[in-house]
Amino acid sequence: MEIKSMYFKANASLKLADPVLQGNLKAVRGKFVEKRIEALKELDDVEATRDAATAIRRRVTDNLDVWLEHFEQNAVAAGATVLWAKDGAEVCRLVIEIARRHGVSKVVKSKSMLSEEAGLNKALEAAGIQPVETDLGEYILQIDGNEAPSHIIAPAVHKSLNQVADLFHKIHGTPRKTDISALTREARDVLRSHFLTAQMGRTGANFLVAETGSVALVTNEGNGRMVTTLPPVHVVVSGIEKVIPTLEDLATLMRLLPRSATGQSISNYLSVLTGVRMPDEQDGPDHLYVVLVDSGRADLVGSDFHEMLNCIRCGACMNHCPVYQTIGGHAYGWVYPGPMGSVLTPLYRGLDQALDLPQASTLCNQCGVVCPVRIPLPDLLRKLREKQTEQGLRSVSERFGLRLWSWLAQKPQLYSLAARFAARYLAWLAGGEDRIRVLPVFSEWSLGRDLPAPEGRTFREIHARRKKQALKDVATALRKEGR
Amino acid sequence: MSSREDILGRVRTGVKRDSVNVLAARAAVSEALTVRGHGPKPTVGTKPGAMLACFRDRSDIHATTVDVVEREGEVPAAVARYLGELGLHKSVVAWPELLYLDWASVGLIVEGRGAQASDLVGITGCFCAIAETGTFMLCSSAGTPASVSLLPETHIAILRETDIVPYMEDAWALVRSGPGRLPRSVNFVSGPSRTGDIEQTIVIGAHGPYRVHVVIISSESARESDNRTSAVSGSAAANEKPVI
Repeated sequence: MEIKSMYFKANASLKLADPVLQGNLKAVRGKFVEKRIEALKELDDVEATRDAATAIRRRVTDNLDVWLEHFEQNAVAAGATVLWAKDGAEVCRLVIEIARRHGVSKVVKSKSMLSEEAGLNKALEAAGIQPVETDLGEYILQIDGNEAPSHIIAPAVHKSLNQVADLFHKIHGTPRKTDISALTREARDVLRSHFLTAQMGRTGANFLVAETGSVALVTNEGNGRMVTTLPPVHVVVSGIEKVIPTLEDLATLMRLLPRSATGQSISNYLSVLTGVRMPDEQDGPDHLYVVLVDSGRADLVGSDFHEMLNCIRCGACMNHCPVYQTIGGHAYGWVYPGPMGSVLTPLYRGLDQALDLPQASTLCNQCGVVCPVRIPLPDLLRKLREKQTEQGLRSVSERFGLRLWSWLAQKPQLYSLAARFAARYLAWLAGGEDRIRVLPVFSEWSLGRDLPAPEGRTFREIHARRKKQALKDVATALRKEGR
Repeated sequence: MSSREDILGRVRTGVKRDSVNVLAARAAVSEALTVRGHGPKPTVGTKPGAMLACFRDRSDIHATTVDVVEREGEVPAAVARYLGELGLHKSVVAWPELLYLDWASVGLIVEGRGAQASDLVGITGCFCAIAETGTFMLCSSAGTPASVSLLPETHIAILRETDIVPYMEDAWALVRSGPGRLPRSVNFVSGPSRTGDIEQTIVIGAHGPYRVHVVIISSESARESDNRTSAVSGSAAANEKPVI
């Protein structure tokens, strides 16, 4: 997918000024948050479960090379073909090769964010192979001119019922309807024929189970099951970090993934797929390919950002992020929005390609608090900010400002003088009101918020005065006693 | 250099792999695979009837309807009754291994095979079921095709109460002690298919079934028929249920 993260500021402003999007975002705000809280109440010990899940992810990423070899060996033994891809271009090349080998003209796809990274749909189309999205949200976006997803779990969350109603009416040529069940039925009927005629099913992987060489898929709609049961070829495109050791570990992670993602105790379907169909079996693919993809992941191993490899793609961080909830996912400009996206996009696509994303956070740590695998997202965002500054990627004025600040902060006398001046200036600016509505130089910042006006004296001044007064009081008291 | 070697090479650099610590890493991997540690689990009652009660509660939440019969012989009548009440088709597809039940006596026309697009009702057994989440575990094989629980609008599952285990971990233990190797597909099913992709409003009936109904054979009758081999439960009932 083409990256547009460098236009974050401009895009965020557009999204803020878009009344339709703002209405849609407001309509769903908090839904996932409340459901998550309710679902987590069912666990006796949420924190211990998070610890266990974090330990599982860490166990793998700390020895990722050995676990990958183990997964590969068992997957191959079960009848899968394991392929490796360094980047998106190689993913596209490999999948097109597989499609050609098996004479595939239509591919039905269940959700895979890594395929979005690679731009696989576009590449397949260019090769004359029809890709069909089958997740309802992804399908809505595909028939709307291949729009990009705005959420990793609920890709069409930015769209309203009315927009979907218009779209189905236009594309399917059916009477316009605003009943969600009827719209879902319509999509089911359209996609059912694709499930039955496609020669290849394509999925991502929620987890790769090392001990059995299995691929685990978490879905609600049943499309994941369709694309892995009906077509003769199944291709899995997965990041190398998705490995987990055992089936028992899958059970532990499944206590957190659906709860964190959609607030469900368990997803409707969890499919654990191992190898190809037996000669006497009536359904299931004859060929299973697992493409293990790097695309920037290998370089995170052992780096300052190693913990990001824990991510199980639940989306809780974006559901809880005040920035995401205000601007939606598209402004982030690439596949992954919200806090996890603001960490991943610069790491996978280059710091200079996503200059504003590490800044697109108040560091309030809502994301860190809800992350089921304890990724310290605000710390990682701060580290990215440091790296940007170290590499001279921030603007001259910002770097000068920060340097000035650091110079000043090391000189207490001067700092105190500057603070006194600033406090008085701001009090004057407020002109008797208790808040400053427009801040010169930082007018952009004060566009959406007011700065409380200082009363005119700094903390240090007040502190010094009170200390002096207290000493005076003591002296007076002593004098009285002496009398 | 192949992409495999390139990727693994960079991962090895990242973990500072050398000829000494690779042995420790392999040992750590073997240990994790031998120990198979469990995470914390929510409490599920294990007293008689408690797991069934938990399974039923969870089924309600998923919109799975539940019927309980006393003995296996009553299953066809229970299925016919359910179909009759909903005015559903009497011609159904079922797992081939369920053909031994007397479907004809209740007027059902049952074909044992994988499902096709035109099939409206599918009947399956269960390898086992999980009380914690109200989930069926279905294992695919020639006698238990995966499509039967997927393509038809209505999925009816037949479950023995004795095949309800507390947790998913127990279900995996059953696979290890029973078939040993994993079947091609293991599907955990928790209610009819659904989506929340339009305005996060949950709609039942996405690509999979609209209705999921389970007929549970209560444990008293299951104990009676323990002596003969039954296919309803895959292989779970025939095995001890060790908990690792």
